[in-house]
Amino acid sequence: MQLGSEAVASDDSHRELEQEFLTFTLGPEEYAIDILKVQEIRGYDTVTAIANAPKFIKGVINLRGTIVPIVDLRIKFGIGTVEYTPFTVVIILSLAQRVVGVVVDSVSDVIGMTPEQIRPAPNFSSQVGAAFIRGLGTIDERMLIVVDIERLMLAPEMALVDEATA
Amino acid sequence: MAIDMSQFYQVFFEEAAEHLASIENLLVSMDVDAPDAEDLNALFRAAHSIKGSSGTFGFNDMTEVTHVMETLLDMVRKQEQPLSSGIVDACLEAGDVLRNLLAAHMGEEQADAEAAAAVARRLHELCTPGQQDVAPPAPEAAAPVAVGASRYEIRFRPDDASRQRPESIDNLVDELGRLGRVLSFDRDGAVGDQPWRIVIDSPQALDVFAGIVDFVAESGSVSVREFDDGALGVPQTGDDDEAYGFFEPMPADGAGEQEAYGFFETGATAEGNGDPQLEPSAEGDEEVADDGSYGLFRSPAAQASVADDEAPDGSYGLFAQGKPAQAVGAAVPARIHAAAATSEPAAVAKNAGGGEKKPVTARGGGDSSIRVSVEKVDQMINLVGELVITQAMLTQSAEGLDPALYERLMNGLVQLERNTRDLQESVMSIRMLPISVVFSRFPRVVRDVSKKLGKQVELKTIGEATELDKSLIERISDPLTHLIRNSLDHGIESPDKRRAAGKSESGTITLKAYHQSGNIVIEVGDDGAGLNRDKILAKARERGIETSDSMSDSDVWQLIFEPGFSTADQVTDVSGRGVGMDVVRRNIASMGGRVDIDSMCGVGTRMTVRLPLTLAILDGMSVGVGGETYIIPLNYVVESLQPGPNMMRSVSGVDSLIQVRGEYLPVISLREYFDVDGACTDWRKGIMVILEADSTKIALFVDQLIGQHQVVIKSLEANYRRVAGISGATIMGDGRVALILDAAALVGQSRKTLAVAA
Repeated sequence: MQLGSEAVASDDSHRELEQEFLTFTLGPEEYAIDILKVQEIRGYDTVTAIANAPKFIKGVINLRGTIVPIVDLRIKFGIGTVEYTPFTVVIILSLAQRVVGVVVDSVSDVIGMTPEQIRPAPNFSSQVGAAFIRGLGTIDERMLIVVDIERLMLAPEMALVDEATA
Repeated sequence: MAIDMSQFYQVFFEEAAEHLASIENLLVSMDVDAPDAEDLNALFRAAHSIKGSSGTFGFNDMTEVTHVMETLLDMVRKQEQPLSSGIVDACLEAGDVLRNLLAAHMGEEQADAEAAAAVARRLHELCTPGQQDVAPPAPEAAAPVAVGASRYEIRFRPDDASRQRPESIDNLVDELGRLGRVLSFDRDGAVGDQPWRIVIDSPQALDVFAGIVDFVAESGSVSVREFDDGALGVPQTGDDDEAYGFFEPMPADGAGEQEAYGFFETGATAEGNGDPQLEPSAEGDEEVADDGSYGLFRSPAAQASVADDEAPDGSYGLFAQGKPAQAVGAAVPARIHAAAATSEPAAVAKNAGGGEKKPVTARGGGDSSIRVSVEKVDQMINLVGELVITQAMLTQSAEGLDPALYERLMNGLVQLERNTRDLQESVMSIRMLPISVVFSRFPRVVRDVSKKLGKQVELKTIGEATELDKSLIERISDPLTHLIRNSLDHGIESPDKRRAAGKSESGTITLKAYHQSGNIVIEVGDDGAGLNRDKILAKARERGIETSDSMSDSDVWQLIFEPGFSTADQVTDVSGRGVGMDVVRRNIASMGGRVDIDSMCGVGTRMTVRLPLTLAILDGMSVGVGGETYIIPLNYVVESLQPGPNMMRSVSGVDSLIQVRGEYLPVISLREYFDVDGACTDWRKGIMVILEADSTKIALFVDQLIGQHQVVIKSLEANYRRVAGISGATIMGDGRVALILDAAALVGQSRKTLAVAA
């Protein structure tokens, strides 16, 4: 009995530390972002192109009266197949007073991970700057790239924010 | 009972500002010889409300001034004292002082305590004659304060004998008044066990007071202490929460007054001579609701209608008797005029109690209004916009159905369309306010300035009900004030000159507002001397501005908008420094409007301000380029035409100019500018839209014209960033986003390129 109740207690404390992540795929890679930054998930709709914007900024959409820019992460990171079908998914992110949509290959699921489950990423060069990778998470056989999506989207290289305010 | 009063401060500030504005309006419009009794009552009520609420919140400096003002007004309305222009002036001055004090409490200005004391003294002097049978005025206003006085706080419990005889308390106050300045006197001892409290500034020693108070106090209940800081001026309010007796039931002091003051009679004003144990009057009784509930600042008028409803715990019916539709500075809350006129004020108050921070202004009478933050209104406008799009989509999908089979669905859709349209219209109208909000402050401006200049001027206002967007209302006020001051100073002549010119001595300034083709037009006209063409031209030459004698009148009049331009012979404190007209023009231009001047020498001048109805909506022309739709603001579009074969002219081998009626205009292809795929490249198949900005014209080449719409402007920067050549975005009928072109930037761009080429 004693042992059992202790086990339950430690399980609870674990759950408190646990953070929930939304995982999505880009090509063969699986990424995880903080679920609290996700506002909603919707299908890809016609976008209005913006002149002289980088290729990965597809344009803007009308999200219930708000003008929201759409970024195609597949183009930005150069992975996955860039095609727009009825199944193409846009994750609407709600970041520091901004709303941004990102196009990904597919959304997988929501998982909980404790900080111990996230290992610091080794130094390597990639399209996603190492500064934006919080670490690598392991769930069974899967490796999840945990991205600090807020920092990434508001970084100057995403060209989503005026330089003066960035 | 600790309660965070600061959450009510904003309410107080707004309400006080409103009351001050209505006092000012009433005073300015009042006929001194035959004042309207109802106006006098309204005036008294407004002063009374400010007094009551400022006392409640511990803004005692305001309480002091309003108290004397109220006493004076009360005498006037009871016809114990005839209204005189001296009284009106003094009250106007008091209004200014109160505004200053209010701003000081809001942390915007420095409080001018001297002015407050001076105006209180002046008001007090005015109420001295004919003063025998009313409540004694606050002795603090007149009592001299000796240098080196200290502040004392006296607490005591009155004995039974003096409770029975209110005069003995009055005698006490008088006695203390002779020794120093009584700052506040809280008789919240209605329940018997609370000590009464007097704060006094006096050079006397501490024990003197105990000796005086002993006469009326229960033995051993007197305590006198000296305030540590000893500072004179605004009474401290930090440590005397309980002294205000928020939550103790308290009788109305019904003896000398017609109205019960209800809950929040602040003792700080030494008001009234009511016996604390007097049977509470009927009205007062209802006011004394359960502990913890409070009906703040109901005006006497509203009181009667609310009296039956006991306010439930924690609810508040704040500040009834507000004047609706009064813009209060730059504060956010917008006002909504609700048609729900008959709702019980108490019911409204109940709703407000549910943790809602925005107060509800309930009115005893017919119409009512509520304060709602602009954000909420904008959100509603967005949602209605979405609804319109959804409705359009439904209608579109139903088009394929057989009307005979789906008759009920079809009928429903038609009804939905009508309802949506009505809903959209009424939601848009929420942001609209009548221009009377702005106009109402000008009678005062005209009165003050004309007095200062020794001129007789009458102000006429026409079309006060004309509505425009709230954001514009806030921004139009300053430019209009300036135009009016300008007319007063430069337009209207002195009475002598007017008589010599064969005009009536009194000049007229006419303020007129009306709608004209999607714009609001505001005219400021005067029947004064008119602009002097020669004088303006001479001044312009003096300042090195290029002029010629052949300039048209309207070009000459535009010169007065040049920075630093003034034809005033001497600088007065009204105008003549030469700053202003250029600012006026810049301000109006920034709202998307313009100013025109008509003037005739000896007859008068008319300044016409044209503004869009709202900043949120734009008249636009939609054009197609490739698969994209862009909106061009209509006020930049001069004309659109299909280029003929011989109109294009090339410079260094590139077609870059178009000849339109003898003018060569640079061509900007929107396809190249925005790098749009699949757009038309053949000049002859597209359309040229001629744009004009800052008197430069360009031709914009597009594929096709789609139509003309009113579009709601959305910010692109909220979630994205600035884009060159784009000023914003909008949502089209089909739910798609269209970008709005920044026409001025496009024109400016072409000028830059041309300069580089040359």
